[in-house]
Amino acid sequence: MTNHILFKIQRKVVLGPKLKLMDIEAPEIAAKALPGQFIILRTDENGERIPLTIADLDREKGIITIIFQEVGRSTDDLGEMEAGECLQDFVGPLGRPSEIETFGTVVCVGGGVGVAPIYPITRAMFEAGNRVIGVIGAKTADQLILQEEMERVCHKLHVVSDDGSIGRKGLVTAPLQRILDEEKIDRVIAVGPLVMMKAVCEVTKAYGVPTIVSLNPIMVDGTGMCGGCRVAVGGETRFACVDGPEFDGHKVDWDEARQRSRMFLPQEKAARECKGGGCTCRK
Amino acid sequence: MPEINYVREKMPVQDPSVRVRNFNEVALGYDAETAIKEASRCLDCKKASCKDGCPVGIDIPAFIKLIKEGDFNGAIAKIKEKNSLPAICGRVCPQESQCEKNCVLAKKGEAVGIGRLERFAADYEMRREKIKLKKPATSSGRKVAIVGSGPSGLTAAADLCQMGHEVTLFEALHTPGGVLVYGIPEFRLPKNIVAREIENIKKLGVKICTNMVIGKIYTLDELLNDGYDAIFVGTGAGLPYFMDIPGENLNGVYSANEFLTRSNLMKAYLFPEHLTPIYIGKRVAVIGGGNVAMDAARTALRLGAEESFIIYRRSDKEMPARHEEVEHAHEEGVQFYFLTSPTGIEGNEQGWVKGLNCLRYELGEPDGSGRRRPVPIEGSDFFMPMDTVIMAIGQGPNPLVPHTTPDLETNRWGNIVADEASGRTSKTAVFAGGDVVTGAATVILAMGAGKKAAQAIDEYLKN
Repeated sequence: MTNHILFKIQRKVVLGPKLKLMDIEAPEIAAKALPGQFIILRTDENGERIPLTIADLDREKGIITIIFQEVGRSTDDLGEMEAGECLQDFVGPLGRPSEIETFGTVVCVGGGVGVAPIYPITRAMFEAGNRVIGVIGAKTADQLILQEEMERVCHKLHVVSDDGSIGRKGLVTAPLQRILDEEKIDRVIAVGPLVMMKAVCEVTKAYGVPTIVSLNPIMVDGTGMCGGCRVAVGGETRFACVDGPEFDGHKVDWDEARQRSRMFLPQEKAARECKGGGCTCRK
Repeated sequence: MPEINYVREKMPVQDPSVRVRNFNEVALGYDAETAIKEASRCLDCKKASCKDGCPVGIDIPAFIKLIKEGDFNGAIAKIKEKNSLPAICGRVCPQESQCEKNCVLAKKGEAVGIGRLERFAADYEMRREKIKLKKPATSSGRKVAIVGSGPSGLTAAADLCQMGHEVTLFEALHTPGGVLVYGIPEFRLPKNIVAREIENIKKLGVKICTNMVIGKIYTLDELLNDGYDAIFVGTGAGLPYFMDIPGENLNGVYSANEFLTRSNLMKAYLFPEHLTPIYIGKRVAVIGGGNVAMDAARTALRLGAEESFIIYRRSDKEMPARHEEVEHAHEEGVQFYFLTSPTGIEGNEQGWVKGLNCLRYELGEPDGSGRRRPVPIEGSDFFMPMDTVIMAIGQGPNPLVPHTTPDLETNRWGNIVADEASGRTSKTAVFAGGDVVTGAATVILAMGAGKKAAQAIDEYLKN
C-alpha cells in the first residue's frame, strides 16, 4: 500500500473538437473505483483542483479513463498535456457510487461530455441484468462520443444531435418521451449539461419514473470540507462531493444549481484570456 | 536581586496600513538582542507553573534560560524534546490562556513572552539551516498509519517515529499540514514555515502520502489488514456549519472553510498565476467571533474588499478569538457589529447576495457554555447591504472515516469517542485525537492529543 505519485498519462485520444480522452496510471484508485464516482486532478503546482467523473477503468492495468471538454483555462491546460507526461495530483475515488440493482427496464441518458460518465453506469446496469435503453446526444456528429461502447451495453440505443448530423435531429428528451409512452420504465439515469438534466426530469416527472442525475458543481476539496458544492435537494442543502454526486433529479433545485455554476464566470473568463494573451485579469 | 520588569519587549509588526495590502506575515519576530532581553525577564521560578499550562509539557524555564545565556541552539533542542512544531506553536498558540496565563509576572504586569521566545528559537534554527535531529530509537518493526496530517497527526507521527515505529501519514489534500495549510492564513502562519516543519518531520523518517482520502481509497479495516499494527485518526473539524437561514446558497456566500481554502491552500490571492478563483465584493460580512472569523475578515481586506465586517451575536467579551487577533483586525479596519445576528440573506434577480437581514440581541442568563445567552430584541431588525457573506460559525468533524468504520463509536455530533488520556477508541488498534474528537479547538490542544496518543500507541504496540 504505497501511494502512487506518478500519475502518468498513458494514452491521449482526441475524440472531437475540444473533447479529449486520457488514460491515467492510478492503480490504487482503479482497484477501488465504482461507477458514478469521480476523481479530482491538478495539472501542475499552480493548477485548480478539477473534479471529473470517471469514464472508465481497467483494474488489471491500473488505469482510470477520463474524458473532458476544454471549457476553461484549467481544462485547456489539461488538454495540452501529452501521453508520457504526469499529472501533479490525482485523487479518488470520491463521492458515492451509483446505485446499481436489477430495477427492470432502465433508460440511461447522456448528453455531450456527459456520455462519458453515463457509460460505466450503463454498463453496470446492463451487467446487473436490467433491460437497458440508451439515449445519447451531442450538438454535432463530431462531438458525439462513445457511441460504439454504448451500443455494446444497451439493448437499444437512440442517438440524437442538435443539427441532425448524426442520428435524429433534436434533443435527448424527444426519444425519451417516446420510450416513456411506449413502455413501462423503472428508472432513468441522466448525465449531461444542467439544462438537459432539468429537461429530462421534467419529462419523467409526468410519468412518475424515478430519475437519478449526476451533478458536477463547483468544488474545491471534494471531501466535504468546503461546502462549495452545495445543492438544494428537496429543500435541504446537500454537498455533492460526499452526499452525491447522484441525486433524485425530481428534487433538485435546478435554477439554483445553474445560478451557482455561474459564480466565477468573470474570473474564469479572465484566466482564459490571460493565457490567450488578451489579458484583462490585472486591474 | 535584579529589579522585576513587568513590561514585555514589543513585537515588531508590519504597519497596519501596509500589511492590509499584502499577505506577508504581520508579526515579524524578535531579533537576538530583544529575545535575550525578554528572556531575562523570566524569574526562573522554583515552582514554574507556566509548564502546567503547556499541553505538550515543554520545559519552559529551561529553554528561556538558554536563550538568556545566548545558547539558542540549546534552547530549540530543549523545546524539541517535547514539541515537534515549535515555529508553528510560537505563532498560533493561544499562550495568553495557557503557559503565559500562569506566569507570576502576569499577576502585576505582562507575562514573559513565552510564545514569542519559542518562535524566536525555532526561527533561529531555521535560518541557520542547522536542524538537529534526535536519533530515532532502534526499529520496533511495527507499522503505524496516521490519518490526517494536521497538528495532531504530525505530532503523533513525529513522536511514534522517534519511538522506533514505521510511520505512514495519509493526507487527503495535495499538500500536508491540514488546517495549518488550508485554514490559517499566510499572514499569520507563513506556509514556508509549515513546509519546513513538515520537512523536519519527514527527515525523522515519517513517510507522507498525499492525495489519499482514507475512508474512500482505503478503509481503516483495510489498513489494519494490510499490515498496519495501529492507526491514529486525526481528521480534524472539516465539515462547515451553516446557519440554516434563507439565502445561504446565493452566489457570494461562502463557508469560512471554502473562502480560506481558496485563498490559503489554493493561493487564490495570487490569481491568475494560481488558477483557483475567488470572488470578493466591496462589502464583506463574516458571521462569527472566533479566530477563523478574524482570519476570514482580514483575508477579505487583503483581497481588496473596501469594508469588512464581523457580525457576532454576543458581545466583545464573549468572543472566542484570541485578543491579539481581534486587536490586529481592529487595527486593519475590520468593523465589528456585536449583539447582532443575521436572520436571512437577500439576493438580487441573478442570485447574488444583496445584503443581510439582521436582528439585534441583548445578553440574558448564562447558558450551557457559561457565556451569557444572547436574546433577540423584538422589532430590532435592520438591513445591511453586502456583496459577500462568509459563514464562520464553526465546523463539525469530517464524517468520511466514521461513516466507513461501523465499529468506530461516535457521539451525537459525529465526533469520534476517544479516551482523553490515551486517544483509545471503541475499535481495537485505533486511536483518535484532535478536533475530530473534541470539536473545533486549537492547534496546540490537537498536538497535545497527538502526543498522548503516540504514548498510548507505543504502549499498545509493546504489549
